[in-house]
Amino acid sequence: MSEKLLKPGTYFMMGNMACVEAALIAGCRFFAGYPITPSSEIFERASLRFPQVGGVAVEMEDELGSMAAIIGASYAGAKAMTATSGPGFSLMMENIGLAFIMEAPVVVVNVQRAGPSTGIPTLVGQGDVMQARWGSHGDLETIAYCPSSVQEFFDLTIKAFNTAERFRTPVFVLADQVVGMMWERLRVPQYEEIEVVERERLSPDMLGSRPPFDYSQDFNPMPIVGTGCRVNVDSLTHDERGYPTTDHAVSERMLSHLLGKIRNHAHEIWRWEEQMMDDAEIAVIAYGSTARSALKAVKTARSRGIRVGLVKLLTIWPFPDELIEKISQKVNAIVVPEINYGQLIHPVKEHAKCPVVGVNWAPGSLIEPHVIVDALEVIAA
Amino acid sequence: MSELQVLAGREIIAQSHVRDTLLRAERLPHIWCPGCGIGIVLGAYAHAVERSSIPVEKHVCISGIGCTGRVSGYMNLDSFHTTHGRAIAFATGMALFRPELEITVISGDGDITTIGGNHLIHAARRNVDINVIMVNNFNYGMTGGQHGATTPLEAKTYTTPYGNIETPFNVPYLVAAAGASFVARWTTLHVRQLAKAVERMMEVEGFAFLEVVSPCPPTFGEFNGFPEALDMMEYFRKHCVVDHSADLSKIGIGLKPGEKLVVGNFVDRRRPSYQELLEEMRGRAMGGEHK
Ligand code: SF4
Repeated sequence: MSEKLLKPGTYFMMGNMACVEAALIAGCRFFAGYPITPSSEIFERASLRFPQVGGVAVEMEDELGSMAAIIGASYAGAKAMTATSGPGFSLMMENIGLAFIMEAPVVVVNVQRAGPSTGIPTLVGQGDVMQARWGSHGDLETIAYCPSSVQEFFDLTIKAFNTAERFRTPVFVLADQVVGMMWERLRVPQYEEIEVVERERLSPDMLGSRPPFDYSQDFNPMPIVGTGCRVNVDSLTHDERGYPTTDHAVSERMLSHLLGKIRNHAHEIWRWEEQMMDDAEIAVIAYGSTARSALKAVKTARSRGIRVGLVKLLTIWPFPDELIEKISQKVNAIVVPEINYGQLIHPVKEHAKCPVVGVNWAPGSLIEPHVIVDALEVIAA
Repeated sequence: MSELQVLAGREIIAQSHVRDTLLRAERLPHIWCPGCGIGIVLGAYAHAVERSSIPVEKHVCISGIGCTGRVSGYMNLDSFHTTHGRAIAFATGMALFRPELEITVISGDGDITTIGGNHLIHAARRNVDINVIMVNNFNYGMTGGQHGATTPLEAKTYTTPYGNIETPFNVPYLVAAAGASFVARWTTLHVRQLAKAVERMMEVEGFAFLEVVSPCPPTFGEFNGFPEALDMMEYFRKHCVVDHSADLSKIGIGLKPGEKLVVGNFVDRRRPSYQELLEEMRGRAMGGEHK
């Protein structure tokens, strides 16, 4: 089927389309979606491309259905995804919790727009950062990657599938309208340079010596339907056999396992890039399309003699606490620009040992670099 | 065969049952109340799985939330206890990716028609090849007896203390209109017809839907003239009329004395399933047809 995948080479492509091509290269063959701006090109291209490679792209009746369908497909053995924006992401929260407790690898792409509520569907926002972390009820540990270019949207979509397969958990690609709709240069590497991870599968003979959900292990092979495992997979708190329970000790074991498998391996998930940080006295910490404005601002401030660097976060959840702590010990201040009224700044403040200042603007447009430069000048003075 | 042990008293205790391999016997006793009809439905499903020509490892049982939602967890199959109302959407994703699976959703009326009503009509419209068995006990049992989209007019529940003023769904009519290949209704009194209908559903291509009218003595029966399980079984015996070609627009359930309760295999028609159409479309796409 690889002749139907996007060939290695250089392209000029839209972010939303690059996301679909990346998913196919990562081995995704099931897409369930519901149209929503500014992510619709993902669904449209998936509808064109998935059937060409023998996959399925289905329109569900709503985002509750899309999210449920991809979990079902995941347990049928598929690498499965959906794509949405804020309002749809809200509707998915219930079944994101289901994917978490059922340990179903799935990828959810959220091309963020201006909110709250219907907000401004066609304009950019970064208002779903905290929802991606805390939106589903109960205690979850989530994983979210934030691309700031078409290339990163492509690369991090593949990464998201690999992480989902390894951790058996839902993984978010938290893009935004600018990154989703922008056209930019995209380099598709040779396939052998691209890492593609496959989940470990449970087989019926393994069940003789181990339970399907071994909470003493961080990672368990997945029982795929139709292979004779006959495992019960439950949304209720369940024991090692998958049976519902209200036992406190079992509940504690299950939760420690679900949270621990991500917390204990956060180092594997964290991705970031540093620029001009060697002699920096101020660090700008940015993610998504804001990182583009931040880079320009850092360069401008440098030209005016301010020693500032950029830390671009490609992973925002699990929060890279050790990184922030380390950086905050090297600089005098941290600036966090976001297209929202202050979200990721909260964990930054929690872990930083230096003063932290937010630059916030969210009426539906990018933060212009000069706004960040102004803040840097005030702080430097 | 069953292995029976006669104890010192006159009690006979079954040590095993022919269907034990299909049940997670170690999870018994189940959580259902005495007189509940859900066990009969579970039995009919197990019977149909046993008789079906499809290998047992290809059968998948999926439930939503509620009393009936517990069925999947007692079946020794690939089983999924999902979120409230979403079992059909979950099953749709699974069925489209692996069409060779025999997927049966078993859930309650509140789960399937009230919170999950949208998924129900769209799965029927797409004619997704799955089976849906809906146990209709006219109320939310697990949460203590509140009304839902199937509660008859004037019925008393904890949330309709003055009598229900909402017109309930006539579910077979709804699902047939939406496009399902197979639509039936039986009651827990019709044990054999029930099992036969489920067997037939496993053969049907496309969306197969079965409503099973069932007693729920403690949370619905108690306030509506059926305090004992037998009261409702007696109602079924006296009021049920088998009519496979009934006018579906006229078979809503009021549970009134003297009113007919129409049961039967109402719809059994050949329409292309979503999976068949998908396969055909994918053939065209893989052959290079696109704009
Ligand atoms: S409340 Fe009703 S439906 Fe639930 S187990 Fe009891 S009798 Fe059955």
